[in-house]
Amino acid sequence: MENVLFYIFAALTLLFAFLCVANPFSRNPVTSAMFLVLTMISMAGLFVLLQAFFLAAVQILVYAGAVMVLFLFVIMLLDIKEEERRRFSRFSIALGGVSVIGLGFILFKTIRESKAGEGLKLVAVKGSDTAALGKALFTQYLLPFEIVSVLLLVAMVGVILLSKKDLK
Amino acid sequence: MIVKRANLTLWERLFLPTLLGGLQVTGKHFIRTVFGGKAVTMQYPEQKWVVPEGYRGAPYLVRDQAGDTKCVSCQLCEFVCPPKAIKIIPPGDSSLKADRANAEKTPKEFEINMLRCIFCGFCQEVCPEEAIFLQRDYSLTGETRDEMIYNKEKLLALGGTHAGVQKWKQKLEEAKGQETFPVKD
Amino acid sequence: MEAIKQFFSGLSWEQEFVIFTTLKVCIVLFGAVLPIVAYAVLVERKVSAWIQDRVGPNRATPFFVKYLPVVGPILVRLGIFHPLADGLKSFLKEDFTPAHVRKVYFWIAPAIAVVPAMLALAVIPFGSKLGDQKMVIADLNVGILFTFGIISLGVYGLVLAGYASNSKFSFLGGIRSSAQMISYEIAMGMSVIPIFMLVGDLNLSKVIAYQADGAWLVFKQPIAFVIFLVAAFAETNRLPFDLPEAETELVGGYHTEYSSMKFALFFIGEYTAMIAASAMMVVLFFGGWTLPFAGLNESATTFAMGLAHIGIFVSKMLFLMVVFIWVRWMLPRFRYDQLMDLGWRRFVPLALVNIVLTAVVLWALHPK
Ligand code: SF4
Ligand code: SF4
Repeated sequence: MENVLFYIFAALTLLFAFLCVANPFSRNPVTSAMFLVLTMISMAGLFVLLQAFFLAAVQILVYAGAVMVLFLFVIMLLDIKEEERRRFSRFSIALGGVSVIGLGFILFKTIRESKAGEGLKLVAVKGSDTAALGKALFTQYLLPFEIVSVLLLVAMVGVILLSKKDLK
Repeated sequence: MIVKRANLTLWERLFLPTLLGGLQVTGKHFIRTVFGGKAVTMQYPEQKWVVPEGYRGAPYLVRDQAGDTKCVSCQLCEFVCPPKAIKIIPPGDSSLKADRANAEKTPKEFEINMLRCIFCGFCQEVCPEEAIFLQRDYSLTGETRDEMIYNKEKLLALGGTHAGVQKWKQKLEEAKGQETFPVKD
Repeated sequence: MEAIKQFFSGLSWEQEFVIFTTLKVCIVLFGAVLPIVAYAVLVERKVSAWIQDRVGPNRATPFFVKYLPVVGPILVRLGIFHPLADGLKSFLKEDFTPAHVRKVYFWIAPAIAVVPAMLALAVIPFGSKLGDQKMVIADLNVGILFTFGIISLGVYGLVLAGYASNSKFSFLGGIRSSAQMISYEIAMGMSVIPIFMLVGDLNLSKVIAYQADGAWLVFKQPIAFVIFLVAAFAETNRLPFDLPEAETELVGGYHTEYSSMKFALFFIGEYTAMIAASAMMVVLFFGGWTLPFAGLNESATTFAMGLAHIGIFVSKMLFLMVVFIWVRWMLPRFRYDQLMDLGWRRFVPLALVNIVLTAVVLWALHPK
């Protein structure tokens, strides 16, 4: 049962993600955004299968419910028309390539090093229990957590700076 | 003009006075309507509104005191009607005679589409013969669209007699008074 | 009776779960939510009429009324049959799709507006127990987060409707709703954090149990309640925050171009969201299905008690819905900048202060 559901959700996630970035039927940015929402929701389904209810709920709450609404808001406010197929500069291709390789490497390494099944159990215990999740974040993973927070803070300050009309 | 707004006090900025005031007003009306039976609603089909004098409802054709059709098919109203609700078929070559002595023409057919009419009163305003008047009917109903196109007969029947001036009769008398301008009777 | 008992005792745990959950979903949806929606519309019309010195709907007279001697005419005057007529009417109306809309989104937007509101009801415990069945459709241990997550999806219905309609009024309505919902979601989410700091659990049944033991949370957390209440008005697009619809400026806002059953779906969505918001408030602040006397604080042991608990819950909820309705006819609409100002500059900081305050008090009471 759970296996079947896993394959269904995984397939849906991949399908929606594909339709989000390379939809052959429509190049409408709103459609892409909606498929991204569906991707998020199917991913939340995967979290549920891992018994990580908290993560699933947060995934929907934050990504599908808030971040994507902001995306839509911006798309609609700026009135972005059909995205035309444009040429990419060499620099962006190179940058994209590097990040893909980096991500792929990390993914490959993690899968190789984790013994099958064990990783899942770890999440299962931590994810379902909010308190345990909080403890893990604030003890074991404190440094990455803080770095991410600082990153967000920097982004926020940057936005405020940019959106101020005249810099004195 | 710039209106200076007084700064709100802290108490006012808490929205509480507004809330309480709103509650008081709505509550008073609620109680008055429910328990006092003070509703102002008119139960329409049973109770009818008394139309005041000079109300501009649906436009109808009128007859003069002698019972003759006043309209002379000049088509001014057709021309002026903003939503093009009026359709007039002039007598043309047909031997249709006006029922009045001193009118040349009378419309062969005169239709007002009451679904289009906006009760603007332009037709009444423009009519040189005072033949069309906005009258008291304000609620016209029908089950088909065709039914809502009123023809000449219906308009005349609904319009009745208008006890206003009989323009041409008056002119005739005036003319008769002026010896210099002989008119046939 | 014996046969039925036999049948149920022969079921495995999973089968029983599936059967009872389906049963609960059907009963809650068709037996409670849709009728409440229909009659909330009636109450809305009647209350507005009474507040405005009118009589309100009092005409619909089905054929069987003439067999009811005294009650019949009274029911007709109260407009009891109007929701039936309204429902029928919305099915019979012409379903008109304007020529310039984006068809796909135009079709799915009403559905997206309804579904989340209904899903959100799934985690709400609307009673203690009937037999050995817990009166909640899904007793999740992250109940509140689930509700917030699902409710936050409801905004897509409105945004897409505004986008799909391809008209300026709808578009402005859609834009407004997206900004408004996001802003108030934050205030709403932060307002309930102190509650879970007190209760120590995200499960809604635990929240009720906590309140059954002590005072209702509305007394312990009045600030949280006020923020939640106001945010609920904004989230459900009710006056004074109905800027996405704003009849007087945007015609009908996001549903300007909709007609017939599609329009009715938006309506159902709005009122279901209202039900969900009221139910959430009952659970979080008004002790859910409990009453602090006559032993009604305990989980039900008999069938009658179970029914009484459901009755208590529903009456609390209906009371809050009347508050929703009354406020609509009491206050004028806020301006958009006032709305944003209230959300971001007043309620978010207030909610943060409330969290810190609660933490300090908790720490002072139970230092570890
Ligand atoms: S009242 Fe106005 S709209 Fe109606 S028939 Fe006369 S001119 Fe036309
Ligand atoms: S109703 Fe008056 S304006 Fe119209 S055609 Fe007749 S005479 Fe002319």
